[in-house]
Amino acid sequence: MTIASPLHLVPDVTPPRLGLRAYLACFRGIVWREVLRFLHQTERFFSALVRPLVWLFIFAAGFRQVLGVSIIPPYQSYVLYEEFVTPGLVGMILLFNAMQSSLSMVYDRETGTMRTLLVSPFPRSFLLVSKLLGGVSVALLQVFAFLLVAYFWGIELPPVDEIKLFTGFESPGWLEAIIPSMKEPVIVSFLAVPAFLQPVAGYLFVIPALVIAGLMLGSLALFMSSIIKQLENFAGVMNFVIFPMFFASSALYPLWRIRESSPLLYEICRFNPFSYAVELIRFALYGHVDVVSLLVVSACTVLFLAAAVFAYNPSKGLIGRRGGPGGPGAGGG
Amino acid sequence: MTSVSLPPVGSPLDALSVRGVSHRFGDNLVLDNVSLTVPRGSFTVLLGLNGAGKSTLFALVTRLYDNVSGDIRILGHDVRRRPTQALQRLGVCFQSKAIDSDLSLAQNLAYHASLHGIGGREARKRIAKALETVGLADRAHAKVRTLSGGQARRVEIARSLLHRPGLLLLDEPTVGLDIGSRESVISIVRGLVAVEGLGVLWATHLIDEVAETDSVVVLHKGRVLFAGTVPGMKSAAGVSSVREAFRALTGTTIAEAA
Repeated sequence: MTIASPLHLVPDVTPPRLGLRAYLACFRGIVWREVLRFLHQTERFFSALVRPLVWLFIFAAGFRQVLGVSIIPPYQSYVLYEEFVTPGLVGMILLFNAMQSSLSMVYDRETGTMRTLLVSPFPRSFLLVSKLLGGVSVALLQVFAFLLVAYFWGIELPPVDEIKLFTGFESPGWLEAIIPSMKEPVIVSFLAVPAFLQPVAGYLFVIPALVIAGLMLGSLALFMSSIIKQLENFAGVMNFVIFPMFFASSALYPLWRIRESSPLLYEICRFNPFSYAVELIRFALYGHVDVVSLLVVSACTVLFLAAAVFAYNPSKGLIGRRGGPGGPGAGGG
Repeated sequence: MTSVSLPPVGSPLDALSVRGVSHRFGDNLVLDNVSLTVPRGSFTVLLGLNGAGKSTLFALVTRLYDNVSGDIRILGHDVRRRPTQALQRLGVCFQSKAIDSDLSLAQNLAYHASLHGIGGREARKRIAKALETVGLADRAHAKVRTLSGGQARRVEIARSLLHRPGLLLLDEPTVGLDIGSRESVISIVRGLVAVEGLGVLWATHLIDEVAETDSVVVLHKGRVLFAGTVPGMKSAAGVSSVREAFRALTGTTIAEAA
């Protein structure tokens, strides 16, 4: 076989400087690939959807009579348990997705897919953040598919006529010490929503909340699976990360009810960043910015991201699992 | 020329220059003071058995490990100090697959172009060109899973050419291919060297992939035992075939040396 036509490689020994447009092209390429891959895996889409729906159709229906939810912000009227638990289940979709995509980044680090990502000339931190946001985009598709089914199940979000700032959700002790007013619930009107957007405002307003919460969970997952070897299979992740984080949070029950039954568990839930992710999403669905949750989730995102980029070591898997690529089991030497 | 002398400080004329590189995993010294050069427009075969240290060397050149002792330069750019410039000039075909079976050739290549900051019309132009180069222009919208093993390998090569690298690394690129596909992969890469002036480092344990005009680097148990031309290798060992020369240099038996 002969070469059909020259590629003109030689002039390109001085490749262009990587400017903003190149970064954008790279980011778009990484995110789009994750979305394409997800859309081509129909069974993955359905299994991702079935999990929260089982909780909604069965668990929530069963609990409706057991657990009453009184009127607490952001709710303006008494809500059914199904409606209360919906943001928690959205959080669960983000949590599972974050774990799955971060785990594969660690587990696949010696495959060609991950290695071609890492030989890209862009900074490794940028590549990892882009990859995490690719995972978040997939989670967004799952969340909206879930919310659509939930809508037909009768969980309709009320129209939002204005965006409100809210402080007063169970804030962490350290925050109350700095800003004493955090203890008192305050709701401030912030921005009026145009009439034509009001019916869907909650669905739109939740998108930024989902992105930041998803990024927080993804980077936490990447950090944990990078440093803890036992987490390299999904059963371990379920037992030691997903279940504790999900159950010891405000996803399934309001925190004031947990305080009534166990003050210790209440403190654990207040320490759990997943609680703040869920509350950020809950308030956003009703057009509120929960300031405390936004602060906590933002701070955790920055912290976990830095830790994940620092801890992610692409060569670790080679050394750890196979005694080095020069070792007997390496194949190809 | 059996002794290994340090080549001069990597000149930008060399596609790849490796000087005095050692690497250990714990107590296990995997690479011991390795030096080699791939000039531009050269097809250099990195010959070694499984476990010789070929993959470790590739991991170091592709900056998978940061702890490099010695000096690795791609077209004159130090991999450690100027990783962006070095990696922009490097194309790699890893042993394991880097393309998605579920996606089309064009979708896969668009992703890999974006990893080098190339998007939009420019990416489409380069993808068409690269597919033409590997003889798969008519399959652009086919899914990768419909391709044969040899065709998939050629897509990997097209993928590694999109950003127009000056150095192409291939790690055991013909493993698992039938004879016909093997020949076509080899002739495509040899064509790139001849027409484009690309520097190629071709890692293999298959001695019959060495041609008389190639440069050869023999890597054995982490050490470079020979670096030079094919005739030079044969006369250094005092034998008439590459296979015998390899056995003589490494002291391996017939069974070990494929």
